[in-house]
Amino acid sequence: MKSSGASRTPVTYRAALAPYSVWSVLFVLVPLIFVAFYAFTDNDFAFTTENITRFFTAKSNIVGEDGSTTEVRTYVLIFMRSLKLAVISTLVCLFMGYPMAYIMARAKEKTQKTMMTLIMIPMWMNFLIRTYAWMTILQDTGIINGLLGKIGLGPLHVIGTETAVILGMVYDYFPYMVLPIYSILAKMDLKLLEAARDLGCGSLSVLRRVILPLSMPGVISGVTMVLIPSISTFYISQKLGNGKFFLIGDAIEGQYIANNLHFAAAIAFILMVILLAAMALLKYVTARFVYGGD
Amino acid sequence: MEKIIELKNISKAFDGEVVLDNMSLDIHDNEFITLLGPSGCGKTTTLRIIGGFESPDSGDVYFMGERINDIPPHKRHVNTVFQRYALFPHLNVFDNVAFGLKERRVPKQEIKEKVERMLKMVMLSGFADRRVTSLSGGQQQRVAIARALVNEPKILLLDEPLGALDLKLRKDMQQELKKIQKNTGITFIFVTHDQEEALSMSDTIVVMSEGKIQQIGSPTDIYNEPVNAFVADFIGESNIIDGVMLADYRVRFGGHVFDCLDTGFGENEPVDVVIRPEDVDIVAPEKGMICGNVTSVTFMGVHNEAIVDVGGFKWMIQTTDPVEEGAHIGITLEPDAIHIMKKSKYSGMFGDYSSYSNELEELSNSEEEAEA
Repeated sequence: MKSSGASRTPVTYRAALAPYSVWSVLFVLVPLIFVAFYAFTDNDFAFTTENITRFFTAKSNIVGEDGSTTEVRTYVLIFMRSLKLAVISTLVCLFMGYPMAYIMARAKEKTQKTMMTLIMIPMWMNFLIRTYAWMTILQDTGIINGLLGKIGLGPLHVIGTETAVILGMVYDYFPYMVLPIYSILAKMDLKLLEAARDLGCGSLSVLRRVILPLSMPGVISGVTMVLIPSISTFYISQKLGNGKFFLIGDAIEGQYIANNLHFAAAIAFILMVILLAAMALLKYVTARFVYGGD
Repeated sequence: MEKIIELKNISKAFDGEVVLDNMSLDIHDNEFITLLGPSGCGKTTTLRIIGGFESPDSGDVYFMGERINDIPPHKRHVNTVFQRYALFPHLNVFDNVAFGLKERRVPKQEIKEKVERMLKMVMLSGFADRRVTSLSGGQQQRVAIARALVNEPKILLLDEPLGALDLKLRKDMQQELKKIQKNTGITFIFVTHDQEEALSMSDTIVVMSEGKIQQIGSPTDIYNEPVNAFVADFIGESNIIDGVMLADYRVRFGGHVFDCLDTGFGENEPVDVVIRPEDVDIVAPEKGMICGNVTSVTFMGVHNEAIVDVGGFKWMIQTTDPVEEGAHIGITLEPDAIHIMKKSKYSGMFGDYSSYSNELEELSNSEEEAEA
């Protein structure tokens, strides 16, 4: 909508908007200000950048399997590990979710509804309970290994590995990838696909030159909605990773529990800045290279 | 002229509903041909079969003598201007027009030249970098035409391309399209439900109804010599009156025997008589061949449109002379104002203006557009 100047906005419109404005200020803006405030202050609420520098400089030693020790930057390492797992699960969600969204969007209406319900049903359950369920499924003595044992295979050691953490993330966040892509594909004008075929495109070409670029907004919001919660998750890694994969979310939680609010806020703040920058870059790149023509 | 498209015994049904019923049609090279009919007559389906977006249930499609039933759209030498343009919203004007050329891996420099030439032809030079979503309807229309024509197709299919434009713009685009067709020499197959549009643009008109071709001919043929009541009513306004052909050149209707120019009917054969509203002369009652009472008069700008009750049958008469509601008038008809048609299944369905009202006509027209 074009901004027509606040003075011309009808009073009723502004009145209707008021509760949401209050909500946004109270529960989005104010907490963000608090996070920033805590990140840049010490325990006496005096200004400091120490919390920020600590994130980048804190070091610790890791004992390798052969007994040798390596010195690493603790939080940078944790962040990179979180990023890696989050990116992998986002990619898995994308490559599984896009075809599914496409098939769904082109299916008969009844099939679409059924598929939608099947995707939604797990979301009706609390996400902690779902994660617990995966724990029992993946355990060395769990259902999968039980079945594998019966046919003389396994046991497969999954719990406590990166695979288990990624599996948990993909399972929990998959719907957030499928739904935005689906909603874009479902309302795509089919005449555009006919126009592309009319202008000489085979099926692959139609996909590459029309469907993919036009569904980019869905892909971007899907990626955003999967990447951000998976990069900051702490519960999944604790339960399915047996606590072996300390992620950035775990770090924030740990500092918070240790009553180290200022450093927890600093980690959260840095994470936020990095994510915002990444999203801005993603938007810019797609606008420039997907929408700006070939 | 060489045949470029031949449709042979094409039938097509959707969900058991017959849309095309054993239809055959030859389309010649370099021709501006219009498929004209009300919505649901099968004209768009015919176009989609030629474009390759539908395949006929039975019958064959030939392109320059070669059967193309199984050739997918992207391999046909045919391009389409879609009803609502279907421009790619993620591409600017240049890239929309260049879309087909890029697909064929035409060298960049050549693409640039061709696209620029095409944009110039549709009077959109300087719009290359604009987003298509920022263009007006008429401009989008031109981009759609340029996007199709730049590929130098043998045939251009146009599916009600002017339907979404306002009247003034529509008239301009009609002229423009006709000019482009003349200059490029590409066969245009144009689909419309607007008979005026069809008359003013086409070399050949194909009038369709209920999945069948009713008549093929030049605009003047179709207007002056409609073959049945459907065509007479659909193309322009017509009074269609029951008559009896007494002998060659002699027809009786409205209780009077008229001279006419038609021959070849059986003696005393019942026929449909078509009188165009503008061909009727109003005279004093005592001088009239038949008489009637004016029941309503509408001022239309250039002429008056009068509804006249002649023995219970209501005629529409268009005249530049003043007429008054309630007046008793005489009517005379020159022999060349009378056109005789054989009886058909459409006889008696059209051509009586008893229930006529401009408002209703407009209502049904806009409904048709909404459907389309």
